[in-house]
Amino acid sequence: MADAYLDLVNTPLPARIAKALGLPRPSVLRRWTPGEVLAPHPVLVAGAGAGADALADVLLGWDIEVRRHVLPGEKLSAAVVVLEAATEPADLAAPMLELGHAVRLLVPGGRVIGVLRSAADASGPAQAAARQGIDGALRSVAHELRGGATANGIILRGDATTTDPTTLGALRFFLSGRSAYVDGQFVEVASTPSGSITDLAAATAASGEGVADQPLAGKTAVVTGAARGIGAKIAEVLARDGARVVAVDVPAAGEQLADVANSVGGTALQLDITAADAAVRILDHVRRRFGTLDIVVHNAGITRDKLLANMDASRWESVIAVNIASQLRMNEQFIASPVFSETGRIVSLASTSGIAGNRGQSNYAASKAGVIGMVRAQAAEFGGAGRSINAVAPGFIETDMTAKIPPLTRQVARRLSSLQQGGLPVDVAETVAFLSSDAAAGINGQVIRVCGQNLVGA
Amino acid sequence: MADQAGAQNAAQSPRTAVVIGGNRIPFARAGGAYAYSSNRDMLIAALDGLVARFGLQGERIGEVAAGAVLKHSRDFNLTREAVLGSALSPETPAYDLQQACATGLETVVGLSNKIKLGQIESGIAGGVDSASDAPIAVSEGLRRVLLDLSRARTTQQKIRILSTLRPKDLSPNAPGTGEPRTGLSMGEHQAITTAAWQITREAQDELAYRSHQNLAAAYDRGFFADLLTPYRGLMRDANLRADTSPEKLATLKPVFGKGLDSPATMTAGNSTPLTDGAAVVLLGSEDYARANNLPMLANVVDAEAAAVDFVQGDEGLLMAPVHALPRLLKRNGLTFADFDFFEIHEAFAGTVLSSLAAWEDEEYCRRVLGLDGALGSIDRSKLNVNGSSLAAGHPFAATGGRIVASLAKTLSEQGGRGLISVCAAGGQGVVAILEARN
Repeated sequence: MADAYLDLVNTPLPARIAKALGLPRPSVLRRWTPGEVLAPHPVLVAGAGAGADALADVLLGWDIEVRRHVLPGEKLSAAVVVLEAATEPADLAAPMLELGHAVRLLVPGGRVIGVLRSAADASGPAQAAARQGIDGALRSVAHELRGGATANGIILRGDATTTDPTTLGALRFFLSGRSAYVDGQFVEVASTPSGSITDLAAATAASGEGVADQPLAGKTAVVTGAARGIGAKIAEVLARDGARVVAVDVPAAGEQLADVANSVGGTALQLDITAADAAVRILDHVRRRFGTLDIVVHNAGITRDKLLANMDASRWESVIAVNIASQLRMNEQFIASPVFSETGRIVSLASTSGIAGNRGQSNYAASKAGVIGMVRAQAAEFGGAGRSINAVAPGFIETDMTAKIPPLTRQVARRLSSLQQGGLPVDVAETVAFLSSDAAAGINGQVIRVCGQNLVGA
Repeated sequence: MADQAGAQNAAQSPRTAVVIGGNRIPFARAGGAYAYSSNRDMLIAALDGLVARFGLQGERIGEVAAGAVLKHSRDFNLTREAVLGSALSPETPAYDLQQACATGLETVVGLSNKIKLGQIESGIAGGVDSASDAPIAVSEGLRRVLLDLSRARTTQQKIRILSTLRPKDLSPNAPGTGEPRTGLSMGEHQAITTAAWQITREAQDELAYRSHQNLAAAYDRGFFADLLTPYRGLMRDANLRADTSPEKLATLKPVFGKGLDSPATMTAGNSTPLTDGAAVVLLGSEDYARANNLPMLANVVDAEAAAVDFVQGDEGLLMAPVHALPRLLKRNGLTFADFDFFEIHEAFAGTVLSSLAAWEDEEYCRRVLGLDGALGSIDRSKLNVNGSSLAAGHPFAATGGRIVASLAKTLSEQGGRGLISVCAAGGQGVVAILEARN
């Protein structure tokens, strides 16, 4: 499971050899640790306009040293480029070239974060071209960055502003080590629905202090497939962030499930999510023990890989039943239940296979693309009224499952991403935790890939 | 009558003790999945599964009581050691109890009484047994030599003591289920009782068959999803034979009672096998359950222990529950008609059937139990509805916890009142009443 090459290439002599031979040189990613300092070095806020000015003020309030222009030779923790004022493609030149100077000064694990408006909301073709152009430019920057640095974008929808609590929540997420393996991604932010975010969370977004280390305090989260792998890590990270975790898995996985529940101080609930009464049992358990269900993480999933030509009904049907049909049925029951919070969050695990397809995974890709379809349609039904549903699409993650991939294929799969390595279960869990938090209140119907900007689906 | 009795009992008890839930590991056949697990390992696994189910991590439970029948001398503090190895607070006190196969049920009774008295708010009762990892003792001769050696001062003395050692002293004493006072195994004792009550082979096989059928059906409908946590790769009781039939059971050769005048009827199919496993039950006061938003499956109403003279007298070794039950019913003003579920531990099919026959026998009930007439019949459709020891197996001290948790859940789902009967070595037995809360 461990990436031996990553360890090797980060020791002095092999690092020099790899450089001389032009071999991939993946960096050890900057991941979240308790008491994390968001930006030990100055942060550039590039771009003109009131939105950029307001955002720079907020960052100053977070005790971050803010620069509005690059100072020659000064290291930068991050470059935030605010492009919401762009009205035609020509407007991109100045801010992008400024960004070009900044990326040379980024420290290892640095961040590039674009803040822009959606092409879908543009007033005409020229503005749409400018806005869509940023998408291509920032994705290219993500490919160019080295040293574990990433580039991502925050797309403001409707009347969302650069200082909306959700915008700031997304900004904090991208600045933080929590987003270590999220690269080349754009997340759309709508203005934060009133009442969907606690005063405390809003104050935190504004001040950068307070609940930052326990953003899920007081919330009850259900995690399916929690007995091992990514699910167990999601349970751990949600609990670390303050949530009470109900760890769900099939009875057969009960022993590991109990270990997970005991290690995170949660409760274990053995059930098969494909059973008709699965949601009822989850709701009963949560109502009795905790009152309200705040967070649902649909993580449970199976693979039954076969080329379509060799596919049998049981492989196809079992994958659909577990990976998507169960979620649809449970969501319907959760959403209809008064136990599910008015500001409830659903986070569903998709996969890059569901986006790009993958050889031998037509059934799996159908289920995971289905998750994306479900998330978008359900998000529209929620309509930004307080509840939200989003998907997280992991790429190549170092788990027991990917450890079974033949060694050479596995090595290639790892190096195909911009970060030249596989992600860790914690990387997926961090994104799930972010989407589960009050700080993500204005994010609804989004699919965030945790794939290190992988070139292909995995 | 039943309502009056309940009120009367409530008046006697200062508080109510409730069953909140339970957890056990699947029972394995001796030498099987848990061949290399100790009693302590299995009791920890059962406790940790319970802790996980109810979120008790780091909690100081009022008291934990458990025990084992086959016990190493090093496990003198077995339950406390298991608590220390579990996810419970290390400040949770614990004690060991041993009453042969009634150990598990007796821990439930003891802790329930403490809860009723207000001495504790919560308790975990249970038991564990490993027939695989059983202690093997050195012979009495070797033991005496070793003890004398430890006291010897001179080399001469040591040589003299060692010279008394005989080859036969070197063979170890394996544990058995033999009765110390009769030398007969439990199966041979039961064979005498089974024959005395003229219990047929067919009736015993039918009971065993139903035990397997009921247990398999309970698994199939997910009954054990919140009563059981897999352990060491075992998901279900290893002894369960969902596909067995009276015909298959009829092909097995008798193993007990072959020396009796009547034909031997007891086989490996209608007797419990040697089994490894552990089971625990979470008990609490109503206040404790409410304060922690925990379920209340059933009330622990009352219990009675009895013992019979199987050595000098002519009562069967495993017939003590037959004596305990009328006393318990009388104290609570109840009859068989007041019960909806009967959990009679299937040490052997013959034990259950002999007990039923005895309660139905007017002459026996008058003469031996001192009753006015027959105690009555039990509706077989209410008996061991989710299977019992013949199918699940019988890790001696774990059986009480298995039965209490399963019956409490059944009562919470279907309402009513349940009776538990567990026989034990030494001519002892414990019976208890659980009651649904609505």
